[in-house]
Amino acid sequence: MGATIVEKIFSSRCGHSVRAGEVVMAPVDGAMIHDITGPLAIRNFFEMGGTNVFDPDKIILLFDHQIPADSIDAAENHVFMRKFARDQGIHNYDIREGICHQVVLEKGRAAPGDIIVGADSHTCMYGSVGAFATGIGSTDMGFVLKFGALYFRVPETIRTEVSGAFPWRVGAKDLILSIAKDIGADGATYQAIEFTGETFSSMSMNGRMTCCNMAIEMGAKTGIVPPDDITYEYMQKRRQSHTVSIASDPDACYADRREYGVTDLSPQVAVPHNVDLAVDVEKVAGTPVDQVFIGSCTNGRFEDLAEAAEVLGDKKFNESIRVIIIPASRDEYLKSLQAGLIERFVKAGALVEAPCCGPCMGGAFGLLAPGEVSLSTSNRNFRGRQGSAEASVYLCSPATAAASALYGEITDPREV
Amino acid sequence: MRTWKFGDNIDTDAIIPGRYLVYNDPRVLSSHAFEGTRNDFAKGVSPGDVIIAGRNFGCGSSREHAPLALAGAGVRFIVAKSFARIFYRNAVNVGMLPLVCPDTGSIPDGEECTVDLEKRRIVCQGRSYAIEPVPDFLLRIADAGGLIAYARNLSGVETCTGSQR
Repeated sequence: MGATIVEKIFSSRCGHSVRAGEVVMAPVDGAMIHDITGPLAIRNFFEMGGTNVFDPDKIILLFDHQIPADSIDAAENHVFMRKFARDQGIHNYDIREGICHQVVLEKGRAAPGDIIVGADSHTCMYGSVGAFATGIGSTDMGFVLKFGALYFRVPETIRTEVSGAFPWRVGAKDLILSIAKDIGADGATYQAIEFTGETFSSMSMNGRMTCCNMAIEMGAKTGIVPPDDITYEYMQKRRQSHTVSIASDPDACYADRREYGVTDLSPQVAVPHNVDLAVDVEKVAGTPVDQVFIGSCTNGRFEDLAEAAEVLGDKKFNESIRVIIIPASRDEYLKSLQAGLIERFVKAGALVEAPCCGPCMGGAFGLLAPGEVSLSTSNRNFRGRQGSAEASVYLCSPATAAASALYGEITDPREV
Repeated sequence: MRTWKFGDNIDTDAIIPGRYLVYNDPRVLSSHAFEGTRNDFAKGVSPGDVIIAGRNFGCGSSREHAPLALAGAGVRFIVAKSFARIFYRNAVNVGMLPLVCPDTGSIPDGEECTVDLEKRRIVCQGRSYAIEPVPDFLLRIADAGGLIAYARNLSGVETCTGSQR
């Protein structure tokens, strides 16, 4: 019987065949910490008796959740991590580069066949380059910083096969919201989700990142797209000699196989307060909103901002609402700037902020008051996620967010 | 040792809202546990109390502040129909024991209960509810008091490649 791509990655890194269900102590190729979970991870590292990290070159350290420091407590966390980076010889991206997951991929710090861990649940996004990547807590991360390895239960895999071409103004975010609805908020717990089929073969890296990012919203340990020419082209610009060819065998054993088609897919909106509550946009069109947020590791890249700008055209955003737009990284910001998108957003009335997690973090800025409604291109609509527990968050694509920002209510982007 | 009952899909934003993640002290975090979603918890919880929940407890963020907020309140046992993966590991790592019980729906809120690990059951109002076994290597970590205490005694680890670090 053949092996899944995830079984192959663990087998390759372990040097012998391992199968789903086995618990292995596997070496990691990269470990990411940021300003929220990093301080705790570092303290745990020291409490475990750690003195020197396993390999400073394999640690990715940056700040993205509370930047520039929004409180004295946050500033102290940053100082603590800066000192740790200096003492340990770890390169510190500090507040300069953007959201952790975007930066890891952009800088080529995750590659096909790697095992990467991050002290953040959306670490599963690096599956978009064919890595096995998963989010862990700060104590597990303390252990990784010390030993360079971690216990993993090799996960079973749900294989999704997606066919068809996206209709006009429908895209990867709509697809992944519809998959989350089908699989459910805990339907993939402890499993990997493999994204395959013609829709994924022709999907840009941007769309693959959006889909892998949200695997955790189904409880999955990771989402993964088998690497192909699109992946290798992305990697070549970032890291030398990484054309590891790795894919599931045709006779691999899957926990489940699911098929989806996108040809007739409508724009999707996840309604409060769970990610798996997606509905066709028609069902909620007309719902008034107070704030529209376009950004986050899920949908804050150039392609996402271009999608929003295309819907915006030369119109103005509705003045009765706030529109906050945050590019995911400095690179994506620059690309958007050079393409004239930022100027268009500012002229249309949006607040464009420097790269960071923004309102998705629910702590730094852009918080909601009781009773307010946010429409957001981010990944979670949990009660209280963006401020008051009495507020509501809806999730959607950049196109739907931009269309809705024009009218101040949830709007079908195909009608604009 | 009273029960605090919750429903399905209790996420980490509900357990500890994002605006408190700047703090790392379990006692500080526990004073904000379930703020906004169950306001009587932080003031009313006592050491030894037991959380009872439905499916997918702890879904969402990897923030260890969530289990720490509960550990800081003196909670040791969380009994749920199922747990989100990262939360489950984090809870064990900080010295708590997440226990899987298919019948949590019938366990009442606010009642005295006892967890009997040896007999693998939780007893509440004279009724007994079976809990599923905890994997051995997780029990070893929990018994040590969490992963920090467990790791402190390790000079290196044997990885699947066989190499000793």
